[in-house]
Amino acid sequence: MWLSLQVSGVALLLSTVIGIPLGALLGLTRFVGRRLVIAVMYTGMGFPPVVVGLFVYLMLSRSGPLGSLGLEAIPDLFTPAAMILAQTIIAFPLVAGFTMAAVMGVDPDLRLQVLSLGATPWQTIMAILSEARTGVIVSVVAGFGGVISEVGAVMLVGGNIEHSTRVLTTAIVLETRKGNFDLAIALGIILLSLSFAANLAMLRLQGSSLNQ
Amino acid sequence: MNAPLFRLQGVTRRYGSRQVLAIDHLEIRQNEILALVGPSGAGKSTLLRLLNFLEPPTQGTICFRGVEIGPERRPSLDLRRRVTTVFQRPVLLRRTVYKNVYYGLQLRGWRDREEHIGEVLEQVGLTDLAQAQARTLSGGEAQRVALARAMVLQPDVLLMDEPTANLDPYNVGLIERIVTRLNREVGITLVLVTHNIFQARRLAHRVALLLEGRIVEVADAHDFFEHPQDPRTAAFVRGEMVY
Repeated sequence: MWLSLQVSGVALLLSTVIGIPLGALLGLTRFVGRRLVIAVMYTGMGFPPVVVGLFVYLMLSRSGPLGSLGLEAIPDLFTPAAMILAQTIIAFPLVAGFTMAAVMGVDPDLRLQVLSLGATPWQTIMAILSEARTGVIVSVVAGFGGVISEVGAVMLVGGNIEHSTRVLTTAIVLETRKGNFDLAIALGIILLSLSFAANLAMLRLQGSSLNQ
Repeated sequence: MNAPLFRLQGVTRRYGSRQVLAIDHLEIRQNEILALVGPSGAGKSTLLRLLNFLEPPTQGTICFRGVEIGPERRPSLDLRRRVTTVFQRPVLLRRTVYKNVYYGLQLRGWRDREEHIGEVLEQVGLTDLAQAQARTLSGGEAQRVALARAMVLQPDVLLMDEPTANLDPYNVGLIERIVTRLNREVGITLVLVTHNIFQARRLAHRVALLLEGRIVEVADAHDFFEHPQDPRTAAFVRGEMVY
């Protein structure tokens, strides 16, 4: 359970750190190639996780383009770090896409009015993100949903190794295959409870903005 | 009084191939209320955006407090913060009225001025609504919040873009009284864009008529309305179409 939380938590953190600024950039600025970036991001939002797993597997394997470099910073296959990498690739387009939509939903006149009150460009971006916070938090919820429930990619790149890379979802698959339905159901309930608790926490972050 | 605070020289503004503003010369004097009048599309709001440094001129210079601003010379943050605008349609933050008024102070890190918020809210008649969510207010109340969030910053220049359009007579009267007091007692210079020539007559010391991005005539309010020099001004004052 802790490994599930650690892997998904770190992957979600990385996805948020990449996805929210990317979503804000795509929502607030206009540049050549923006439509192409959005098209790639939309594709990423619907990418089958198992394909992401396969991609990461091929990249990180000893004969793959990244694995063959043998660099310290590149995670080995069948490690939690490899699972985090795969889950980050799955989740960050979701965070970026929903953030972009939320930011674009903010009244376009707000930018000018906040600037007129003396905001710096950075303060203006923060004001817009704050106004879009309901949607921005939904983007994080979507990213969390994408990673906590994910099984195909972590199975491929993690290998479902006991005490090392076995997370709740891969354990459920294994126990079901072994016919241990009681244990599989118990793990499923734990997973659902974790998800529920995490989403309750994020709902709390949305605060009173949900009622406005 | 009457020293120029703004001096515009050869200022143009283009959007693509369309020129929306071409001002050969305009001075805005310290501590005056200057009304900008003219039909829709005359360039009044564009001029306000330039005066608030929200966009640069395409050509020419805007001299503000002795500092020249041009297409390539952007104002410092400190200079930009000496001017603020009250827009026709205020967009308030999804916060309480109090926090909306506090926002500009927060941007500047002026926490010591928070005590002024109560005073300003009282002046705009919103003390009882300080803790209300700003998005739940009526149009008139929202405009008064917009005025309060500008007033608390004590700017040198307050730009107002049709601040009372679509408001009921009570709110129009209230806002006009506040604006007059700000000018007389606090010494804030005001540039007021209005379609309402009666409002320009009631409030302004000087009035400028803009047509197709150009200034047709600038004059003291009395002369502008009683002895217009340009036939287009005379027609505008009579309420005729001058397009």
